[in-house]
Amino acid sequence: MNDARPNNDSRIVLEFRIKGMDFTTAGEAATGIKRTMTQLGMPADMIRRVASATYEAEINVVIHAHRGCLVAKIGPERIEICVEDEGPGIPDIDLAMQDGYSTAPTHVREMGFGAGMGLTNIKRCVDQMHLDSVVDKGTTLRLLFFSKGRE
Amino acid sequence: MVKLVEVVEALELCPQGSYDPERPVKAGYVGDLLSDVMAHAQEGSLWVTMQSHQNIVAVAVLVGMAGIVITGDRPVKPETLETARREQVALFSASSRSFEVCGRLFACLKDKE
Repeated sequence: MNDARPNNDSRIVLEFRIKGMDFTTAGEAATGIKRTMTQLGMPADMIRRVASATYEAEINVVIHAHRGCLVAKIGPERIEICVEDEGPGIPDIDLAMQDGYSTAPTHVREMGFGAGMGLTNIKRCVDQMHLDSVVDKGTTLRLLFFSKGRE
Repeated sequence: MVKLVEVVEALELCPQGSYDPERPVKAGYVGDLLSDVMAHAQEGSLWVTMQSHQNIVAVAVLVGMAGIVITGDRPVKPETLETARREQVALFSASSRSFEVCGRLFACLKDKE
């Protein structure tokens, strides 16, 4: 974890740096967020949804981007996750959102990543999701979770 | 409720570090695609896989697995052992293949129902 601080509106803000192709630290953002949510006594199903979506988002940056930054704003009623990366971007978002579609290299797939399930897993876990991408620049993914379920 | 130590004995698993023998094993899951495991494995499961790299530990932590069984006598990398120790994830290896390990795990969980 790179930074953790209380926000002025009582939300906890966690920031993580993610390096492309660095599988040694992959998952640190998701596990750090899960740990904080567990300490805060948040509901188990909410923790699972946030942890799963964050992990997939984090792994996407590791596999596809040069580097990225993940910021989590954790409040009692809503959690926002924003993942920004510098990388090749996504030329066709609709295609990328299709279950099973993947551009991950073979050595990554052999590790059990890159099965083309990441974005669909994220969609299943979140209440709101916004994906913006510019080819050859990078991708921004914003995720929103409500503790009382979907609004 | 089946305890982890009962499963370890019934399946002849080889512990790769310390584990809590009393930890309940609520279910099992088998898979080598991490996204599939992440999406569908139940909290408290014993996860049967042939993946042995260190990233399996984060998946086990995020799901809340009772432990991981690496099958087919695949060598466990030192960094996987170290990550599992640090994150307190129970790690085991099995000489048999995933199919056989799952068959025995299923029988073990059914027996104790």
